[in-house]
Amino acid sequence: MRRNLLTLTILILILFLSVLSKNLDPYIYQILVFFGINSILAVSLNLINGFTGQFSIGHAGFMAAGGYFSAALSVYQGEKLLNILSFLPKDLAQGAIFLVFLILGGLFSAILGLIIGIPTLRLKGDYLAIATLGFGEIIRVAILNLDVVGGPRGFPGIPKLTDITWVTFWAFIAVVVIYRIINSSHGRAIISIREDETASESMGINTTYYKVLAFSIGAFFAGIAGGLFAHYLMMLHPSSFTFMRSVEILLMIVLGGLGSITGSIFGAFILTVLPEALRGFAHLRLIIYSLTLIIMMLVRPSGLIGNREISFYRIFKFLRRKGIN
Amino acid sequence: MLSIKDLHVYYGGIKALQGINLDVKEGEVVALIGANGAGKTTTLRSIFRLTPIVKGDIYFYEINLTKLPSYKIASLGIAHVPEGRRVFPNMTVKENLEMGAYLVKDKKVIEKNLEFVYNLFPRLKERQKQLAGTLSGGEQQMLAIGRALMSNARLLLLDEPSMGLAPLLVQEIFSVLKKINEEKITLLLVEQNANMAFSIAHRVYVMETGKIVLSGPTEEIANNEAVKKAYLGG
Repeated sequence: MRRNLLTLTILILILFLSVLSKNLDPYIYQILVFFGINSILAVSLNLINGFTGQFSIGHAGFMAAGGYFSAALSVYQGEKLLNILSFLPKDLAQGAIFLVFLILGGLFSAILGLIIGIPTLRLKGDYLAIATLGFGEIIRVAILNLDVVGGPRGFPGIPKLTDITWVTFWAFIAVVVIYRIINSSHGRAIISIREDETASESMGINTTYYKVLAFSIGAFFAGIAGGLFAHYLMMLHPSSFTFMRSVEILLMIVLGGLGSITGSIFGAFILTVLPEALRGFAHLRLIIYSLTLIIMMLVRPSGLIGNREISFYRIFKFLRRKGIN
Repeated sequence: MLSIKDLHVYYGGIKALQGINLDVKEGEVVALIGANGAGKTTTLRSIFRLTPIVKGDIYFYEINLTKLPSYKIASLGIAHVPEGRRVFPNMTVKENLEMGAYLVKDKKVIEKNLEFVYNLFPRLKERQKQLAGTLSGGEQQMLAIGRALMSNARLLLLDEPSMGLAPLLVQEIFSVLKKINEEKITLLLVEQNANMAFSIAHRVYVMETGKIVLSGPTEEIANNEAVKKAYLGG
Protein backbone atom coordinates (compact mmCIF):
# COMPACT_ATOMS: atom_id res chain seq x y z
CA MET A 1 0.00 0.00 0.00
CA ARG A 2 2.72 2.41 1.01
CA ARG A 3 4.73 1.55 -2.07
CA ASN A 4 1.70 1.88 -4.37
CA LEU A 5 1.05 5.30 -2.95
CA LEU A 6 4.61 6.30 -3.71
CA THR A 7 4.46 4.98 -7.27
CA LEU A 8 1.20 6.79 -7.88
CA THR A 9 2.58 10.06 -6.55
CA ILE A 10 5.65 9.82 -8.75
CA LEU A 11 3.58 9.02 -11.84
CA ILE A 12 1.35 12.01 -11.19
CA LEU A 13 4.44 14.13 -10.66
CA ILE A 14 5.91 13.02 -14.02
CA LEU A 15 2.63 13.79 -15.78
CA PHE A 16 2.33 17.10 -13.99
CA LEU A 17 5.88 18.10 -14.91
CA SER A 18 5.50 17.22 -18.57
CA VAL A 19 2.39 19.37 -18.83
CA LEU A 20 3.79 22.14 -16.70
CA SER A 21 7.15 22.20 -18.46
CA LYS A 22 5.57 23.76 -21.58
CA ASN A 23 4.99 26.98 -19.67
CA LEU A 24 7.98 26.79 -17.39
CA ASP A 25 10.63 29.47 -17.35
CA PRO A 26 13.55 27.95 -19.32
CA TYR A 27 16.03 28.86 -16.58
CA ILE A 28 14.03 27.01 -13.91
CA TYR A 29 13.46 24.20 -16.38
CA GLN A 30 17.20 23.72 -16.87
CA ILE A 31 17.84 23.69 -13.13
CA LEU A 32 15.18 21.02 -12.71
CA VAL A 33 16.74 18.89 -15.46
CA PHE A 34 20.17 19.14 -13.82
CA PHE A 35 18.62 18.36 -10.46
CA GLY A 36 17.16 15.17 -11.94
CA ILE A 37 20.44 14.14 -13.55
CA ASN A 38 22.36 14.89 -10.36
CA SER A 39 19.86 12.83 -8.37
CA ILE A 40 20.56 9.81 -10.56
CA LEU A 41 24.30 10.32 -10.11
CA ALA A 42 24.03 10.80 -6.35
CA VAL A 43 21.73 7.83 -5.73
CA SER A 44 23.92 5.53 -7.83
CA LEU A 45 27.14 6.68 -6.14
CA ASN A 46 25.47 6.19 -2.77
CA LEU A 47 24.96 2.52 -3.60
CA ILE A 48 28.75 2.20 -3.92
CA ASN A 49 29.97 4.60 -1.21
CA GLY A 50 27.11 4.74 1.25
CA PHE A 51 25.68 1.24 1.23
CA THR A 52 28.59 -0.96 0.17
CA GLY A 53 31.11 1.28 1.95
CA GLN A 54 33.59 1.30 -0.95
CA PHE A 55 35.08 4.74 -1.33
CA SER A 56 34.92 5.48 -5.06
CA ILE A 57 35.59 8.86 -6.65
CA GLY A 58 35.56 7.94 -10.31
CA HIS A 59 31.89 8.53 -10.98
CA ALA A 60 32.48 11.29 -13.55
CA GLY A 61 34.44 8.77 -15.62
CA PHE A 62 31.46 6.41 -15.82
CA MET A 63 29.17 9.32 -16.59
CA ALA A 64 31.48 10.34 -19.44
CA ALA A 65 31.73 6.79 -20.80
CA GLY A 66 27.95 6.31 -20.90
CA GLY A 67 27.31 9.82 -22.18
CA TYR A 68 29.81 9.62 -25.03
CA PHE A 69 28.74 6.10 -25.97
CA SER A 70 25.04 6.91 -26.28
CA ALA A 71 25.81 10.27 -27.93
CA ALA A 72 28.00 8.55 -30.53
CA LEU A 73 25.22 6.06 -31.23
CA SER A 74 22.75 8.92 -31.69
CA VAL A 75 25.03 10.86 -33.99
CA TYR A 76 26.22 7.97 -36.17
CA GLN A 77 23.29 5.53 -36.07
CA GLY A 78 20.29 7.63 -35.06
CA GLU A 79 19.24 8.76 -38.56
CA LYS A 80 19.64 5.29 -40.02
CA LEU A 81 17.49 3.67 -37.33
CA LEU A 82 14.89 6.38 -37.65
CA ASN A 83 14.56 5.57 -41.37
CA ILE A 84 14.17 1.88 -40.63
CA LEU A 85 11.43 2.63 -38.09
CA SER A 86 9.67 5.08 -40.44
CA PHE A 87 6.46 3.01 -40.30
CA LEU A 88 6.04 4.15 -36.67
CA PRO A 89 4.92 7.65 -35.65
CA LYS A 90 8.05 9.80 -35.54
CA ASP A 91 7.86 10.68 -31.83
CA LEU A 92 7.42 7.07 -30.82
CA ALA A 93 10.30 5.85 -33.00
CA GLN A 94 12.56 8.63 -31.72
CA GLY A 95 11.67 7.81 -28.12
CA ALA A 96 12.25 4.09 -28.55
CA ILE A 97 15.65 4.68 -30.18
CA PHE A 98 16.64 7.11 -27.42
CA LEU A 99 15.63 4.60 -24.75
CA VAL A 100 17.71 1.85 -26.36
CA PHE A 101 20.73 4.13 -26.83
CA LEU A 102 20.57 5.31 -23.23
CA ILE A 103 20.44 1.74 -21.98
CA LEU A 104 23.35 0.76 -24.25
CA GLY A 105 25.33 3.71 -22.86
CA GLY A 106 24.51 2.53 -19.35
CA LEU A 107 25.54 -1.03 -20.16
CA PHE A 108 28.79 0.20 -21.66
CA SER A 109 29.52 2.00 -18.39
CA ALA A 110 28.52 -1.06 -16.37
CA ILE A 111 30.95 -3.25 -18.34
CA LEU A 112 33.70 -0.69 -17.74
CA GLY A 113 32.72 -0.75 -14.07
CA LEU A 114 33.09 -4.52 -14.07
CA ILE A 115 36.52 -4.38 -15.72
CA ILE A 116 37.72 -1.67 -13.36
CA GLY A 117 35.98 -3.11 -10.30
CA ILE A 118 37.42 -6.63 -10.36
CA PRO A 119 41.06 -5.59 -9.83
CA THR A 120 40.52 -2.41 -7.77
CA LEU A 121 37.86 -3.56 -5.30
CA ARG A 122 40.50 -5.66 -3.56
CA LEU A 123 41.83 -2.35 -2.30
CA LYS A 124 40.39 -0.62 0.73
CA GLY A 125 39.66 2.94 1.82
CA ASP A 126 42.09 5.57 0.58
CA TYR A 127 43.80 3.16 -1.81
CA LEU A 128 40.53 2.36 -3.56
CA ALA A 129 39.72 6.06 -3.76
CA ILE A 130 43.01 6.80 -5.51
CA ALA A 131 42.62 3.86 -7.88
CA THR A 132 39.09 4.86 -8.92
CA LEU A 133 40.22 8.45 -9.28
CA GLY A 134 42.96 7.23 -11.62
CA PHE A 135 40.54 5.22 -13.70
CA GLY A 136 38.13 8.12 -13.97
CA GLU A 137 40.95 10.25 -15.34
CA ILE A 138 42.00 7.48 -17.76
CA ILE A 139 38.51 7.43 -19.25
CA ARG A 140 38.56 11.20 -19.66
CA VAL A 141 42.02 11.25 -21.24
CA ALA A 142 41.06 8.37 -23.55
CA ILE A 143 38.08 10.42 -24.78
CA LEU A 144 40.32 13.44 -25.17
CA ASN A 145 42.35 11.42 -27.67
CA LEU A 146 39.47 9.79 -29.53
CA ASP A 147 38.93 11.63 -32.78
CA VAL A 148 35.59 9.93 -33.60
CA VAL A 149 33.98 11.80 -30.72
CA GLY A 150 35.78 15.06 -31.38
CA GLY A 151 38.64 14.67 -28.91
CA PRO A 152 39.63 17.99 -27.32
CA ARG A 153 37.35 19.97 -29.68
CA GLY A 154 34.27 18.48 -28.04
CA PHE A 155 31.51 16.41 -29.58
CA PRO A 156 28.76 18.57 -31.17
CA GLY A 157 25.61 17.74 -33.09
CA ILE A 158 23.93 15.47 -30.55
CA PRO A 159 20.15 15.59 -31.05
CA LYS A 160 18.21 17.22 -28.23
CA LEU A 161 16.09 14.37 -26.93
CA THR A 162 16.27 14.77 -23.15
CA ASP A 163 13.40 16.58 -21.52
CA ILE A 164 12.18 16.76 -17.97
CA THR A 165 9.89 13.76 -18.43
CA TRP A 166 12.81 11.53 -19.45
CA VAL A 167 14.92 12.75 -16.56
CA THR A 168 12.15 12.22 -14.01
CA PHE A 169 11.45 8.80 -15.44
CA TRP A 170 15.07 7.69 -15.10
CA ALA A 171 15.49 9.23 -11.66
CA PHE A 172 12.43 7.25 -10.63
CA ILE A 173 13.86 4.01 -12.12
CA ALA A 174 17.21 4.58 -10.39
CA VAL A 175 15.57 5.16 -7.01
CA VAL A 176 13.24 2.18 -7.31
CA VAL A 177 15.94 -0.23 -8.49
CA ILE A 178 18.41 0.78 -5.82
CA TYR A 179 15.72 0.87 -3.12
CA ARG A 180 14.65 -2.66 -4.06
CA ILE A 181 18.24 -3.92 -4.01
CA ILE A 182 18.94 -2.40 -0.61
CA ASN A 183 15.82 -3.91 0.93
CA SER A 184 16.41 -7.41 -0.39
CA SER A 185 18.64 -10.13 1.01
CA HIS A 186 21.28 -8.95 -1.47
CA GLY A 187 21.00 -5.56 0.17
CA ARG A 188 21.62 -7.07 3.60
CA ALA A 189 24.75 -8.68 2.20
CA ILE A 190 25.86 -5.38 0.67
CA ILE A 191 25.32 -3.46 3.91
CA SER A 192 27.10 -6.13 5.96
CA ILE A 193 30.19 -5.54 3.79
CA ARG A 194 30.14 -1.90 4.84
CA GLU A 195 29.66 -2.87 8.48
CA ASP A 196 32.45 -5.45 8.65
CA GLU A 197 33.92 -7.10 5.60
CA THR A 198 35.74 -9.94 7.36
CA ALA A 199 32.73 -10.85 9.44
CA SER A 200 30.45 -10.82 6.42
CA GLU A 201 32.80 -13.16 4.60
CA SER A 202 32.65 -15.49 7.60
CA MET A 203 28.86 -15.49 7.24
CA GLY A 204 29.33 -17.02 3.79
CA ILE A 205 28.82 -13.86 1.76
CA ASN A 206 30.80 -13.63 -1.46
CA THR A 207 32.04 -10.12 -0.76
CA THR A 208 33.95 -9.67 -4.03
CA TYR A 209 30.84 -10.56 -6.04
CA TYR A 210 28.65 -8.08 -4.17
CA LYS A 211 31.20 -5.29 -4.31
CA VAL A 212 31.62 -5.67 -8.06
CA LEU A 213 27.84 -5.95 -8.48
CA ALA A 214 27.19 -2.72 -6.58
CA PHE A 215 30.00 -1.01 -8.48
CA SER A 216 28.58 -2.07 -11.86
CA ILE A 217 25.01 -1.06 -11.03
CA GLY A 218 26.32 2.30 -9.85
CA ALA A 219 28.28 2.67 -13.09
CA PHE A 220 25.20 1.73 -15.13
CA PHE A 221 23.14 4.58 -13.73
CA ALA A 222 26.05 7.00 -14.01
CA GLY A 223 26.16 6.06 -17.70
CA ILE A 224 22.43 6.72 -18.04
CA ALA A 225 22.88 10.10 -16.37
CA GLY A 226 25.69 10.85 -18.79
CA GLY A 227 23.45 9.99 -21.73
CA LEU A 228 20.68 12.26 -20.47
CA PHE A 229 23.23 15.02 -19.92
CA ALA A 230 24.62 14.63 -23.47
CA HIS A 231 21.20 14.70 -25.12
CA TYR A 232 20.20 17.74 -23.14
CA LEU A 233 23.24 19.95 -23.81
CA MET A 234 23.58 18.66 -27.44
CA MET A 235 27.35 18.93 -27.05
CA LEU A 236 29.87 17.06 -24.92
CA HIS A 237 33.32 18.12 -23.87
CA PRO A 238 35.85 16.12 -21.82
CA SER A 239 36.24 19.09 -19.47
CA SER A 240 32.73 18.40 -18.12
CA PHE A 241 33.99 15.16 -16.63
CA THR A 242 37.03 16.13 -14.64
CA PHE A 243 37.87 15.07 -11.13
CA MET A 244 35.86 18.06 -9.86
CA ARG A 245 32.66 16.55 -11.22
CA SER A 246 33.31 13.35 -9.23
CA VAL A 247 33.94 15.41 -6.14
CA GLU A 248 30.71 17.30 -6.69
CA ILE A 249 28.72 14.04 -6.77
CA LEU A 250 30.56 12.83 -3.69
CA LEU A 251 29.68 16.09 -1.93
CA MET A 252 25.99 15.52 -2.66
CA ILE A 253 25.92 12.19 -0.90
CA VAL A 254 28.12 13.20 2.00
CA LEU A 255 25.98 16.28 2.51
CA GLY A 256 22.69 14.45 2.14
CA GLY A 257 23.73 11.42 4.15
CA LEU A 258 25.77 8.36 3.23
CA GLY A 259 23.51 5.36 3.12
CA SER A 260 20.28 7.27 2.54
CA ILE A 261 18.47 7.41 -0.80
CA THR A 262 16.30 10.36 0.17
CA GLY A 263 19.44 11.98 1.54
CA SER A 264 21.16 11.70 -1.85
CA ILE A 265 18.26 13.39 -3.58
CA PHE A 266 18.24 16.09 -0.95
CA GLY A 267 21.97 16.60 -1.39
CA ALA A 268 21.58 16.72 -5.18
CA PHE A 269 18.87 19.34 -4.80
CA ILE A 270 20.92 21.59 -2.53
CA LEU A 271 24.10 21.36 -4.59
CA THR A 272 22.18 22.08 -7.80
CA VAL A 273 20.15 24.96 -6.45
CA LEU A 274 22.64 26.58 -4.08
CA PRO A 275 25.13 27.79 -6.73
CA GLU A 276 22.23 29.25 -8.72
CA ALA A 277 20.63 30.87 -5.70
CA LEU A 278 23.96 32.52 -4.90
CA ARG A 279 24.34 34.08 -8.36
CA GLY A 280 23.25 37.41 -6.95
CA PHE A 281 26.36 37.60 -4.78
CA ALA A 282 28.66 37.62 -7.82
CA HIS A 283 32.27 37.17 -6.74
CA LEU A 284 31.37 36.20 -3.17
CA ARG A 285 29.45 33.23 -4.54
CA LEU A 286 32.13 30.58 -4.26
CA ILE A 287 33.12 31.74 -0.80
CA ILE A 288 29.56 31.54 0.50
CA TYR A 289 29.14 28.17 -1.19
CA SER A 290 32.24 26.75 0.46
CA LEU A 291 31.37 28.25 3.83
CA THR A 292 27.90 26.72 3.67
CA LEU A 293 29.46 23.32 3.09
CA ILE A 294 31.87 23.74 5.99
CA ILE A 295 29.12 24.86 8.35
CA MET A 296 26.83 22.02 7.30
CA MET A 297 29.56 19.47 7.94
CA LEU A 298 30.31 20.99 11.34
CA VAL A 299 26.67 21.02 12.39
CA ARG A 300 25.65 17.71 10.86
CA PRO A 301 28.69 15.54 10.18
CA SER A 302 26.57 12.51 9.31
CA GLY A 303 24.79 14.43 6.56
CA LEU A 304 21.46 16.19 6.60
CA ILE A 305 19.49 12.99 6.87
CA GLY A 306 22.15 10.59 8.14
CA ASN A 307 21.49 7.03 7.08
CA ARG A 308 17.74 7.17 7.58
CA GLU A 309 15.05 7.49 4.94
CA ILE A 310 12.15 9.89 4.73
CA SER A 311 8.93 8.20 3.72
CA PHE A 312 5.27 9.09 3.66
CA TYR A 313 4.79 6.56 6.42
CA ARG A 314 7.28 8.34 8.68
CA ILE A 315 5.74 11.73 7.91
CA PHE A 316 2.26 10.42 8.71
CA LYS A 317 3.54 8.90 11.94
CA PHE A 318 5.26 12.13 12.87
CA LEU A 319 2.16 14.22 12.16
CA ARG A 320 -0.10 11.86 14.05
CA ARG A 321 2.17 11.98 17.09
CA LYS A 322 2.15 15.77 16.94
CA GLY A 323 -1.63 15.73 16.61
CA ILE A 324 -2.17 13.60 19.69
CA ASN A 325 0.11 15.63 21.93
CA MET B 1 36.25 -33.83 11.67
CA LEU B 2 38.91 -31.16 11.20
CA SER B 3 42.53 -31.88 10.65
CA ILE B 4 45.34 -29.46 10.00
CA LYS B 5 48.46 -30.96 8.44
CA ASP B 6 51.89 -29.33 8.41
CA LEU B 7 50.53 -25.79 8.09
CA HIS B 8 52.97 -22.98 7.33
CA VAL B 9 51.87 -19.34 7.24
CA TYR B 10 54.25 -16.43 6.61
CA TYR B 11 53.45 -12.74 6.91
CA GLY B 12 56.12 -11.35 4.60
CA GLY B 13 59.36 -12.48 6.22
CA ILE B 14 57.76 -13.39 9.54
CA LYS B 15 57.10 -17.09 9.93
CA ALA B 16 53.89 -17.05 11.94
CA LEU B 17 53.19 -20.77 11.73
CA GLN B 18 55.88 -23.37 11.15
CA GLY B 19 54.29 -26.75 10.62
CA ILE B 20 51.14 -27.00 12.72
CA ASN B 21 49.42 -30.38 13.10
CA LEU B 22 46.08 -30.37 14.84
CA ASP B 23 43.02 -32.63 14.95
CA VAL B 24 39.50 -32.02 16.16
CA LYS B 25 37.10 -34.95 16.51
CA GLU B 26 33.34 -34.71 16.34
CA GLY B 27 31.69 -33.62 19.60
CA GLU B 28 34.91 -32.46 21.22
CA VAL B 29 35.93 -29.19 22.80
CA VAL B 30 39.53 -28.51 21.83
CA ALA B 31 41.43 -25.59 23.33
CA LEU B 32 44.44 -23.92 21.78
CA ILE B 33 46.41 -21.96 24.34
CA GLY B 34 49.62 -19.98 24.26
CA ALA B 35 51.13 -16.56 24.84
CA ASN B 36 50.64 -13.47 22.70
CA GLY B 37 52.01 -13.90 19.20
CA ALA B 38 52.29 -17.68 19.43
CA GLY B 39 50.08 -18.06 16.36
CA LYS B 40 46.78 -19.17 17.88
CA THR B 41 44.65 -16.64 16.05
CA THR B 42 46.58 -17.21 12.83
CA THR B 43 45.80 -20.92 13.05
CA LEU B 44 42.12 -20.21 13.48
CA ARG B 45 42.02 -17.61 10.70
CA SER B 46 43.81 -20.03 8.38
CA ILE B 47 40.87 -22.42 8.58
CA PHE B 48 38.77 -19.64 7.05
CA ARG B 49 41.50 -18.84 4.55
CA LEU B 50 42.03 -15.38 5.97
CA THR B 51 45.83 -15.75 6.03
CA PRO B 52 48.50 -16.32 3.37
CA ILE B 53 49.02 -20.09 3.56
CA VAL B 54 52.44 -21.06 2.22
CA LYS B 55 52.31 -24.80 2.71
CA GLY B 56 50.13 -27.44 4.28
CA ASP B 57 46.54 -28.67 4.13
CA ILE B 58 43.42 -28.26 6.20
CA TYR B 59 40.78 -30.96 5.88
CA PHE B 60 37.17 -30.75 7.01
CA TYR B 61 36.10 -34.38 6.67
CA GLU B 62 37.36 -35.09 3.13
CA ILE B 63 37.26 -31.51 1.84
CA ASN B 64 40.51 -29.61 1.50
CA LEU B 65 39.71 -26.10 2.76
CA THR B 66 42.89 -24.55 1.36
CA LYS B 67 41.42 -24.98 -2.13
CA LEU B 68 38.22 -23.06 -1.37
CA PRO B 69 37.46 -19.30 -1.23
CA SER B 70 36.56 -17.99 2.25
CA TYR B 71 32.86 -17.48 1.63
CA LYS B 72 32.38 -21.13 0.58
CA ILE B 73 33.77 -22.43 3.87
CA ALA B 74 30.81 -21.14 5.87
CA SER B 75 28.49 -23.22 3.72
CA LEU B 76 30.23 -26.43 4.86
CA GLY B 77 29.03 -25.98 8.43
CA ILE B 78 31.94 -24.12 10.00
CA ALA B 79 31.27 -20.86 11.80
CA HIS B 80 33.80 -18.33 13.04
CA VAL B 81 33.45 -16.10 16.08
CA PRO B 82 36.23 -13.65 15.28
CA GLU B 83 38.59 -11.98 17.71
CA GLY B 84 37.18 -8.69 19.00
CA ARG B 85 33.64 -9.88 18.20
CA ARG B 86 33.11 -7.92 14.99
CA VAL B 87 29.35 -7.59 15.15
CA PHE B 88 27.68 -5.37 12.52
CA PRO B 89 27.39 -2.15 14.58
CA ASN B 90 24.63 -0.36 12.66
CA MET B 91 22.34 -3.36 12.46
CA THR B 92 19.99 -4.41 15.23
CA VAL B 93 20.63 -7.50 17.32
CA LYS B 94 18.00 -9.40 15.39
CA GLU B 95 19.39 -8.29 12.03
CA ASN B 96 22.84 -9.44 13.11
CA LEU B 97 21.44 -12.85 13.97
CA GLU B 98 19.63 -13.01 10.65
CA MET B 99 22.89 -12.22 8.86
CA GLY B 100 24.35 -15.28 10.58
CA ALA B 101 21.65 -17.36 8.92
CA TYR B 102 22.45 -15.82 5.53
CA LEU B 103 23.05 -19.20 3.92
CA VAL B 104 19.97 -20.81 5.49
CA LYS B 105 17.08 -20.46 3.08
CA ASP B 106 14.40 -22.26 5.09
CA LYS B 107 12.45 -19.72 7.20
CA LYS B 108 11.38 -22.39 9.70
CA VAL B 109 14.98 -23.38 10.38
CA ILE B 110 15.87 -19.71 10.91
CA GLU B 111 12.99 -19.37 13.40
CA LYS B 112 14.16 -22.49 15.21
CA ASN B 113 17.77 -21.31 15.38
CA LEU B 114 16.65 -17.91 16.60
CA GLU B 115 14.69 -19.58 19.38
CA PHE B 116 17.75 -21.68 20.26
CA VAL B 117 20.00 -18.62 20.47
CA TYR B 118 17.46 -16.63 22.51
CA ASN B 119 17.23 -19.55 24.94
CA LEU B 120 20.98 -19.60 25.37
CA PHE B 121 21.21 -15.82 25.73
CA PRO B 122 17.91 -14.40 27.03
CA ARG B 123 19.64 -11.01 27.17
CA LEU B 124 19.77 -10.92 23.36
CA LYS B 125 16.02 -11.40 23.16
CA GLU B 126 15.46 -8.42 25.46
CA ARG B 127 17.65 -6.30 23.22
CA GLN B 128 16.67 -7.63 19.80
CA LYS B 129 15.72 -4.20 18.45
CA GLN B 130 18.79 -2.42 19.79
CA LEU B 131 21.70 -1.50 17.51
CA ALA B 132 24.55 -3.96 18.04
CA GLY B 133 27.10 -1.16 18.31
CA THR B 134 25.41 0.08 21.48
CA LEU B 135 25.66 -3.25 23.32
CA SER B 136 28.19 -3.84 26.09
CA GLY B 137 31.27 -5.93 25.37
CA GLY B 138 29.80 -9.04 26.96
CA GLU B 139 26.55 -8.70 25.06
CA GLN B 140 28.46 -8.22 21.83
CA GLN B 141 30.35 -11.43 22.55
CA MET B 142 27.05 -13.22 23.13
CA LEU B 143 25.76 -11.77 19.87
CA ALA B 144 28.86 -12.89 17.97
CA ILE B 145 28.45 -16.43 19.32
CA GLY B 146 24.71 -16.37 18.64
CA ARG B 147 25.29 -15.12 15.10
CA ALA B 148 27.69 -18.00 14.45
CA LEU B 149 25.15 -20.51 15.78
CA MET B 150 22.46 -19.25 13.39
CA SER B 151 24.16 -20.91 10.44
CA ASN B 152 23.51 -24.52 11.54
CA ALA B 153 27.26 -24.90 12.05
CA ARG B 154 28.61 -28.21 13.32
CA LEU B 155 32.01 -26.75 14.08
CA LEU B 156 32.40 -23.47 15.92
CA LEU B 157 35.73 -21.65 15.89
CA LEU B 158 36.01 -19.25 18.82
CA ASP B 159 38.76 -16.66 19.00
CA GLU B 160 39.33 -15.44 22.57
CA PRO B 161 35.73 -15.28 23.78
CA SER B 162 36.96 -14.04 27.17
CA MET B 163 38.90 -11.07 25.83
CA GLY B 164 38.18 -7.80 27.61
CA LEU B 165 35.27 -9.17 29.65
CA ALA B 166 34.60 -9.04 33.38
CA PRO B 167 35.29 -12.36 35.19
CA LEU B 168 31.61 -12.92 35.92
CA LEU B 169 30.70 -12.52 32.26
CA VAL B 170 33.53 -14.85 31.25
CA GLN B 171 32.03 -17.55 33.46
CA GLU B 172 28.62 -16.96 31.94
CA ILE B 173 29.98 -17.23 28.41
CA PHE B 174 31.85 -20.42 29.19
CA SER B 175 28.86 -22.08 30.79
CA VAL B 176 26.92 -21.34 27.61
CA LEU B 177 29.76 -22.77 25.51
CA LYS B 178 29.43 -25.97 27.53
CA LYS B 179 25.70 -26.05 26.79
CA ILE B 180 26.39 -25.51 23.10
CA ASN B 181 28.76 -28.48 23.12
CA GLU B 182 26.05 -30.60 24.72
CA GLU B 183 23.98 -29.89 21.59
CA LYS B 184 26.56 -31.89 19.59
CA ILE B 185 28.35 -28.84 18.26
CA THR B 186 32.12 -29.21 18.15
CA LEU B 187 34.20 -26.33 19.48
CA LEU B 188 37.71 -25.22 18.65
CA LEU B 189 38.64 -22.57 21.17
CA VAL B 190 41.58 -20.18 21.17
CA GLU B 191 42.22 -18.74 24.62
CA GLN B 192 44.75 -16.87 26.69
CA ASN B 193 42.73 -17.55 29.81
CA ALA B 194 44.03 -21.10 30.28
CA ASN B 195 42.07 -21.76 33.47
CA MET B 196 38.76 -21.08 31.74
CA ALA B 197 39.78 -23.06 28.68
CA PHE B 198 40.69 -26.08 30.81
CA SER B 199 37.31 -25.94 32.54
CA ILE B 200 35.47 -27.00 29.37
CA ALA B 201 38.07 -28.54 27.02
CA HIS B 202 38.49 -32.25 26.43
CA ARG B 203 41.87 -31.83 24.82
CA VAL B 204 44.42 -29.02 24.76
CA TYR B 205 47.16 -27.90 22.37
CA VAL B 206 49.85 -25.56 23.65
CA MET B 207 51.50 -23.22 21.15
CA GLU B 208 54.77 -21.34 21.33
CA THR B 209 56.21 -19.12 18.56
CA GLY B 210 54.49 -20.76 15.65
CA LYS B 211 54.78 -24.36 16.78
CA ILE B 212 52.74 -26.77 18.86
CA VAL B 213 54.92 -27.74 21.80
CA LEU B 214 52.53 -29.89 23.78
CA SER B 215 49.20 -31.64 23.31
CA GLY B 216 47.04 -34.12 25.13
CA PRO B 217 43.95 -34.60 27.29
CA THR B 218 43.13 -31.66 29.53
CA GLU B 219 44.01 -33.36 32.88
CA GLU B 220 47.43 -34.31 31.56
CA ILE B 221 48.22 -30.83 30.28
CA ALA B 222 46.81 -29.13 33.37
CA ASN B 223 49.14 -31.18 35.56
CA ASN B 224 52.21 -30.54 33.44
CA GLU B 225 54.75 -28.62 35.52
CA ALA B 226 55.87 -26.31 32.71
CA VAL B 227 52.30 -25.43 31.78
CA LYS B 228 51.41 -24.80 35.40
CA LYS B 229 54.29 -22.39 35.69
CA ALA B 230 53.68 -20.56 32.43
CA TYR B 231 49.89 -20.39 32.18
CA LEU B 232 48.24 -21.26 35.47
CA GLY B 233 50.18 -18.94 37.78
CA GLY B 234 52.45 -21.49 39.48
